[in-house]
Amino acid sequence: MEKRAHFSGWTLPLLLIVPQMAITIIFFYLPASQAIWQSFLREDAFGLSSEFVGFENYSAVFEQPEYYRAMVTTVIFSTLVAFFSLAVALLFATQADKSLRGGHAFKTLLIWPYAVAPAIAGVLWMFMFHPTLGTLGRPLNILGFNWNPMLDGKDAMILLVLSATWKHVSYNFLFFLAGLQAIPKSVIEAGAIDGAGPVRRFWTIIFPLLSPTTFFLLVVTIVYVFFETFGIIDAVTGGGPAGTTTTLVYKVYADGRSGGDLGLSAAQSVVLMVIVIALTAIQFRYVERKVQY
Amino acid sequence: MAGVTLDTVRKIYAGNVEAVKGVSLGIEDGSFCVLVGPSGCGKSTLLRMIAGLETISDGEVKIGDRVVNQVEPADRDIAMVFQNYALYPHMTVYDNMAYGLKNRGTPKDEIEKRVKEAARILAIESFLTRKPRQLSGGQRQRVAMGRAIVRKPQVFLFDEPLSNLDAKLRVQMRVEIKRLQKALGVTSIYVTHDQVEAMTLSDKLVVMSGGQIEQVGTPSDVYRRPETRFVATFIGSPPMNILPGKVEGPGRVSVGGQVITVTDMRDGLTPGSAIEVGLRPEDVQAGGAGSSSLSMDVDFVEELGATQLFHGKVAGADFVVQASTGQIPAETRRLTLSVDPANVHLFDPQTTRRLGKA
Repeated sequence: MEKRAHFSGWTLPLLLIVPQMAITIIFFYLPASQAIWQSFLREDAFGLSSEFVGFENYSAVFEQPEYYRAMVTTVIFSTLVAFFSLAVALLFATQADKSLRGGHAFKTLLIWPYAVAPAIAGVLWMFMFHPTLGTLGRPLNILGFNWNPMLDGKDAMILLVLSATWKHVSYNFLFFLAGLQAIPKSVIEAGAIDGAGPVRRFWTIIFPLLSPTTFFLLVVTIVYVFFETFGIIDAVTGGGPAGTTTTLVYKVYADGRSGGDLGLSAAQSVVLMVIVIALTAIQFRYVERKVQY
Repeated sequence: MAGVTLDTVRKIYAGNVEAVKGVSLGIEDGSFCVLVGPSGCGKSTLLRMIAGLETISDGEVKIGDRVVNQVEPADRDIAMVFQNYALYPHMTVYDNMAYGLKNRGTPKDEIEKRVKEAARILAIESFLTRKPRQLSGGQRQRVAMGRAIVRKPQVFLFDEPLSNLDAKLRVQMRVEIKRLQKALGVTSIYVTHDQVEAMTLSDKLVVMSGGQIEQVGTPSDVYRRPETRFVATFIGSPPMNILPGKVEGPGRVSVGGQVITVTDMRDGLTPGSAIEVGLRPEDVQAGGAGSSSLSMDVDFVEELGATQLFHGKVAGADFVVQASTGQIPAETRRLTLSVDPANVHLFDPQTTRRLGKA
């Protein structure tokens, strides 16, 4: 079913697409091309002059052991956040889908975290799990767990995964709930009559029928973890302790803003852009084929 | 195989809405029972209670000798065909039919044997590897039937299975369902709002309205001797004409001053009291000045091919007459109708119940 609007002239259709095009060009193509251009330049320490250095910035990036460490960190971080935010959201959505008393309030409350700014979410979790001040961090230490995200890289990662997951569950929850509600009730009932218990029904009927939603959310969540968790990382750990929570996007910022090496930073962001485009392309090409329905 | 017994079954939804108001019904083993009624009459709710998809607020549902009120749908040994087919969209036709057997741990070769057999009966062998979305409506309907018959259940439940099909296919599937049910001999309960389906399929016809049973009987019983005005106007197409009348004496009523004689009339009705006179459009004849005749003003004629419907008024009330094409000239503006006393149905205007011989 195709819907086409027919225009007699060129003026109106052009005017209609101008705002969208302007936004895309100003906020995406312009900065992206500037980043690509900058990745071939080297600036002096005071930012007064720059010279063309070809691929030198790129080779510098790939010679840094820190860069590979950031890559590993990113993989661990994104895998954990993607898995937990999808799993928890699915669990909540299946519960919210049952018509329970107070279900409406439950749904509304679940959506709230999405409205919280990443940096605020980060600060919130940082205080809660602060080893000496935190309402949860302090009891952990009193109970004998050696919890200190400010000194221990593993603790810092756990805290980041917690806050990044918490922030993104709402989003995934909404889509899963919509996906669940789109499954015809009679299909589930047919499953019940066909002798499948609730668990079996979930894994053999509901989950396969949700796979398009799951796939879409996987792509969105990965992009989220790659880019948008910057605010949380900056507020909670600042990439530390000792670089253990520096992801690729945080390293772009650290090298460019704090390190002052714009060329190196630009080269990294171009690499990051390529990685994300490649990941998304792979997901669409290979994962989507296995998506049922 | 087993019969189904309902004993004062009630369904009360939140907010005290009573969807089914104490229905009692016995469905004999191997019979084809059709529940028919307008939408919202509680027929689907009743079926879903038998299936176990709705809880039973009060009363008892028995399949065979077993009370199943608290039994899970899966353990009731029933199979259901849904209105929208409810096929599993992500499974092939084969897997759709095998799913119920797999869940019950049936051995693989047995599953294959049964699915192949069902596919043969329903002529869907060539689609076994396809997904439901690659099938037409009629083919999906067959798969839904196949999913029901592979399980060899005690009872088949049908929830308006043909209403999503086009008219031609509906007639064809109706015949097939009837043939299949006769061949398998499985007790079947079929819900529909289509009175033609109801008449043609059922051994036992149950007419429902407002959460209650209006009448139970064979299709011809229900057609010939409707117990209430609702049943009279619901079963039969075009619906029965209802005229306001007056009791004249034993076996005699009048409509707009014209007296007609009636065979099936209750004794002891007070002369002069109001009564409703029901006449089926196909039961009145044009012409012929017998003992009972009515005059009708014709407004317009509907052509149905083999028959014509004359719409007009008798004694100020709407009236329809069905006649074979050519029997009455289409330009006729005034008709004299003769009425067979055996074909007159009388109803109490207050209770709407039939005022026939006790």
